[in-house]
Amino acid sequence: MEALKQELKENIIEQLNLEDMTPDDIADDDILFGDGLGLDSIDALELIVMLDKNYGIKLTDPKEGRSIFESINTMAAYITEHQTK
Amino acid sequence: MSKPSYFITSFCSIKNNQVSLNGSVVYKSEAPHFSEFIKSAYKSLDTKYPKFFKMDYLSKLAFLTADVLLKNKNINSEKENNIALVFSNKSSSLDTDRKHQKSIQNKDQYFPSPAIFVYTLPNICIGEISIKYKLHSENSFFIFDNFNTEHLLTYSNSLMSTHKADQVLCGWVEFDDNNYEAFLYLVSKQGDIKHSKQNIIKLYNT
Repeated sequence: MEALKQELKENIIEQLNLEDMTPDDIADDDILFGDGLGLDSIDALELIVMLDKNYGIKLTDPKEGRSIFESINTMAAYITEHQTK
Repeated sequence: MSKPSYFITSFCSIKNNQVSLNGSVVYKSEAPHFSEFIKSAYKSLDTKYPKFFKMDYLSKLAFLTADVLLKNKNINSEKENNIALVFSNKSSSLDTDRKHQKSIQNKDQYFPSPAIFVYTLPNICIGEISIKYKLHSENSFFIFDNFNTEHLLTYSNSLMSTHKADQVLCGWVEFDDNNYEAFLYLVSKQGDIKHSKQNIIKLYNT
């Protein structure tokens, strides 16, 4: 699980172009959207694509994303349970 | 009744690895690729706008050119400004269009990136500048074979004379395959350099 969290942080920084951030800057329970990391709606779509591309998870209901993408902890837990690759 | 006169109060260009404001070089580097050059220019010019790193190359080019110019004019980005934006180029958003096309080329690896797709229109760069400077003003993006002095002159003057805008930021922002050139200038009701075809060409070639 720890390796997955580290991988997620690295992918988020790279995919979402979070310049000048390192994985150490993101705590496992940091809020990713809104006042937390400041991600926006396009970032949310980008994360949905990332789940599909990297872990074979297709989100059919975008509303699901709200709880899944709350933090690195919630993302890692969801991926562990649902990943197909 | 004579036609009102308008003036160029400031101009900024980014080309050949350097950023110039009102004819003076404010930043230059030897970076071989645009991505490195524009990133180092952003940092050196104290831009402080994290969303910059999410933009495509055309938007980065247009945004930084406009920001250097408007910052120097002390435009207050906290209040609404009636500055129209009239931009133009030759390659539209082709550079980003190609990146998007590449991501949907292979049916087995069909993962179009939303963050790339949103930039597959040239006028998105106008939106980026409008968001930063709270511009709810007139805006247009034209595609021409070359820098079109006549069109910029008549269109900007028309916006001013019909009171659609207090000022107009206009010019050329071209990016394709690591080749880039931006030249923007601000048209106002008062100033020293008359907004004429001759002066636009002269400043563009500076």
